Amino acid sequence: MSQVIFVKTYEEPIFCEREILRYAGCKKADVGMEALLKECIEEAREKLTYKVCYIELPVTIEEHTCDFDVFRVQSEKLTRYLRVCDRAVVFAATVGVEMDRLIAKYSRLSPSKALFFQALGAERIEALCDRFCEDMATQFGQKALSRFSPGYGDLPLSCQKDIFSVLDCERKIGLTLNDSLLMSPTKSVTAFMGIGGDDGPHIHKCSACDMKNCAFRGML
Amino acid sequence: MKFREFLKENMVYLDGGMGTLLQERGLKPGEYPERWNITHSDVITEIHRAYYCAGSNVVSTNTFGANVLKFTEEELDTIVKAAVGNAYAAKASVEEDVPRFVALDIGPTGKLLKPLGDLDFEDAVEVFAKTIRLGVKYGVDLIFIETMNDSYETKAALLAAKENSDLPVLVSNAYGEDGKLMTGATPAAMVAMLEGMGADAIGANCSLGPRQLRGVVEELLQKASVPVILKPNAGLPRAVDGKTVFDVTPDDFALEVASLMKEGVRVVGGCCGTTPAYIEALHSETAQYRPKPVEIKNITVISSYTHEVEFDTTPVLIGERINPTGKKRFKQALLENDIDYILAEGVNQQEKGVHVLDVNVGLPDIDETVMLKNAVCELQTVTNLPLQIDTADVTAMEAALRRYNGKAMINSVNGKQESLETVFPLVKKYGGLVVALTLDENGIPATAEGRVKVAEKILATAETYGISKKDIIFDTLAMTVSADNSAALATLGALRTIKTQLGCHTSLGVSNVSFGLPARDAINSVFFALALENGLSAAIMNPYSVDMMKTYYAYKALKGMDENCAAYIDKAGEFQSLQVKVDGATDIAVSGQMGKSATEIQLSVEAQASQLQYAITKGRKEKAGDLTRELLLSMQPLDIVNGEIIPALNIMGKGFEEKTVYLPQLLQSAEAAKSAFEAIKSHMSGSEKTADKGTFVIATVHGDIHDIGKNIVKLLLENYGYHVVDLGKDVPPEEILQKVVELHAPLVGLSALMTTTVPAMEETIRMLKKQAPWCKVVVGGAVLTQEYADKIGADKYAKDAMEGVRFAEAVTNI
Repeated sequence: MSQVIFVKTYEEPIFCEREILRYAGCKKADVGMEALLKECIEEAREKLTYKVCYIELPVTIEEHTCDFDVFRVQSEKLTRYLRVCDRAVVFAATVGVEMDRLIAKYSRLSPSKALFFQALGAERIEALCDRFCEDMATQFGQKALSRFSPGYGDLPLSCQKDIFSVLDCERKIGLTLNDSLLMSPTKSVTAFMGIGGDDGPHIHKCSACDMKNCAFRGML
Repeated sequence: MKFREFLKENMVYLDGGMGTLLQERGLKPGEYPERWNITHSDVITEIHRAYYCAGSNVVSTNTFGANVLKFTEEELDTIVKAAVGNAYAAKASVEEDVPRFVALDIGPTGKLLKPLGDLDFEDAVEVFAKTIRLGVKYGVDLIFIETMNDSYETKAALLAAKENSDLPVLVSNAYGEDGKLMTGATPAAMVAMLEGMGADAIGANCSLGPRQLRGVVEELLQKASVPVILKPNAGLPRAVDGKTVFDVTPDDFALEVASLMKEGVRVVGGCCGTTPAYIEALHSETAQYRPKPVEIKNITVISSYTHEVEFDTTPVLIGERINPTGKKRFKQALLENDIDYILAEGVNQQEKGVHVLDVNVGLPDIDETVMLKNAVCELQTVTNLPLQIDTADVTAMEAALRRYNGKAMINSVNGKQESLETVFPLVKKYGGLVVALTLDENGIPATAEGRVKVAEKILATAETYGISKKDIIFDTLAMTVSADNSAALATLGALRTIKTQLGCHTSLGVSNVSFGLPARDAINSVFFALALENGLSAAIMNPYSVDMMKTYYAYKALKGMDENCAAYIDKAGEFQSLQVKVDGATDIAVSGQMGKSATEIQLSVEAQASQLQYAITKGRKEKAGDLTRELLLSMQPLDIVNGEIIPALNIMGKGFEEKTVYLPQLLQSAEAAKSAFEAIKSHMSGSEKTADKGTFVIATVHGDIHDIGKNIVKLLLENYGYHVVDLGKDVPPEEILQKVVELHAPLVGLSALMTTTVPAMEETIRMLKKQAPWCKVVVGGAVLTQEYADKIGADKYAKDAMEGVRFAEAVTNI
């Protein structure tokens, strides 16, 4: 097991316009919406970066505790997710601070564009995570890899602190943790990714989540 | 020997990496290396010693992350004391064959500064100051600020160093593969800011290997008038048998760094992955090198958080529109604390092509210090143009300069003793390019010679403050030609002499020349051309004036500053269409209604009215504004609001509730309605106020930095006639309560996105219920539910913005 923190920079993942519209609360887009979306994509794409830092850690499970050697996390849902694994990749991903700048700028000037940038950011960071997961699946010779983030189910946001101190996110990819455990830049994700077992663990994105009133529940 | 003296004449060898060496010796991921100063002081001392032996003149204390965000003040004190002690123990253990120094190492706080993150600028300054004061107390020789990937945080650290010590300060940033900082600054922009603030050396470290940093280093060498630092990684890390290995060997590292030393790099070392072997290889490779003298570049430059603007041969345009003088609508915005209006002025001018924005928010009835500081900070969230801080109030000037992210332009100083004595210290401390007006206690000299004399006096005084000539730009004062026929000649004469004989840059507030004359644009634009020909470097001007912009692009094309006339051709189409629009507007105003029967007029008004409704429902912002302006020629403002805008909003609001209209469409029509309202506001400005249904205080709660939902609610409420007081994001409960009490506001809207910030919402509601029981609280945000809202005592949970509007209507109709 290595203690190396790796940093990867990816090329721009393909845009999924339907997904962006979905995040923007737009089930069907008229011509105007599509034009606005295209405008936002063009304005943002040159400014985005796709960076991930990660470390591979051993994992042992005792009841509802996951022990990653350098820190431990209490969570029934995470232990269930990692139960077939002997290792986990812990990663942090971000599309960078410019996305936040665009959102901040347009929320003062044009909330409809801000909404689209917000949606675009959500789609971008998910696309980056998907890309990274595929990459790791290849690297570890597994079919597919899923991910499990702080805030899913009973995995407390407080474990962000452990993740940040292990990954040195600020220096590696410019990602910081606020006092309220939110991340800046906001379009960022941290997660655990289980390795091992026959084919890695699988979760359905919504089933692990306790947000029963979520507008997107079941839509993924 | 003092470090500053040593730096002047010598190559300086810094040390190499610390983190990787500690990992090899058992430091776990996530463990604080700074604690090893105490628990493993022998290991730390040995590493320092190894670097000194390898040829380092300077070792940095093991205090990269030593700050009060990670440690208590007591522990921080012990850590810094031990760290400095370890470095000096190492120094004492080696022969004194070459000068050796101990630097206090200062790394980033690990937090992003507001507005993008949650650490306030002044708090960041204080975090750095606490560590720096300890370093000074325990006797370091210099301060090394390193690995900073954000210009604003770099400024906070350097400011803290300057305010708490006289020690030399080296400042080094972490540049990405794109050659910029994570938050966007170019090396040239960093040089402008850091040199302005008095850094002793400026450079690049970490993130990349020496080869990938070449472009960054070359730019630094080209721009900097202080020694340049290079302290790269040993390439990129990979894992071999569970250990981190870097892909550049000590010999390759030495060769790469050596080649950049030949180009002028004066301070060298290594960062992640480098060891004493790297420093030794570098040292022996370059031991015979003679240090290349640092050239004084004399570049007149300002910067923002992304880029620099140089004052050279190409004239610089400074947008003058953020200024209340003579603008009723702008004054109203200032009095109402309507920052969004100011921000829109900034963005619009940027779109017109200005390079710098002048910011003047002085008005007798407002607190200029607070307003200017806020305006500067907020403008820097919507535009990356450098700003010119324009105020006669030195307190306001300092507050704005301190918060400004970059090297600002300062407007202004003049030849009066009092002005020189108050403004120059600020220029020296914060850096800046200061506009110097050629007037003094005796007023504005009537002749060119008189103004040049004042300029000479200003230059001489600047020198005594250590402010170089390149950081002063003279304004020879454009006076109204209608009052004095020779006024323009005196201005131009002084301009030419200052440019050619004193060798200084010049700036003019061009529009002043035409006061009192009709068709001012004609006078302004010809005067502008004359001034450019007499050596004007920058103009404070109105970028909405087609004549001025035409002059600018035509001048550049004629003077060989516009290759293939590309910029001119590019702009020509825009000029033509603007001209048509201007002429067209006049037609409507003057002759539009002539020769038509009363019925015809009535019919056309009705058609325009329904056009306005249509434009709003379709979300056509510009069209809605234009149509409203036309309607205002024949209709009462209130009739437009009640007959056209409100019905259009109702159509969309209802559609949204019935799910036939989606959120982005609702927002676009709200923005179109806003532009219609804006046209009405400008029309009525200064006279009566538009309808006001009540005051609505709105905020994203403490700890939460998401504000898009809140902004959506704000936009809709404003359209529905509410006076919305927006307190922003991350707002403490006390601040919300205070505002509600002060305004006796009947309504408060609170937004939270994360479960972790709902307690802050609960606390806010608790305080409001107790001390402002009259006020109704509506809550919203991704994590909230009806259940949650009930639990924390909210009066209403609104699942979307329209529901918030409906609630407000229900409350205010009682």
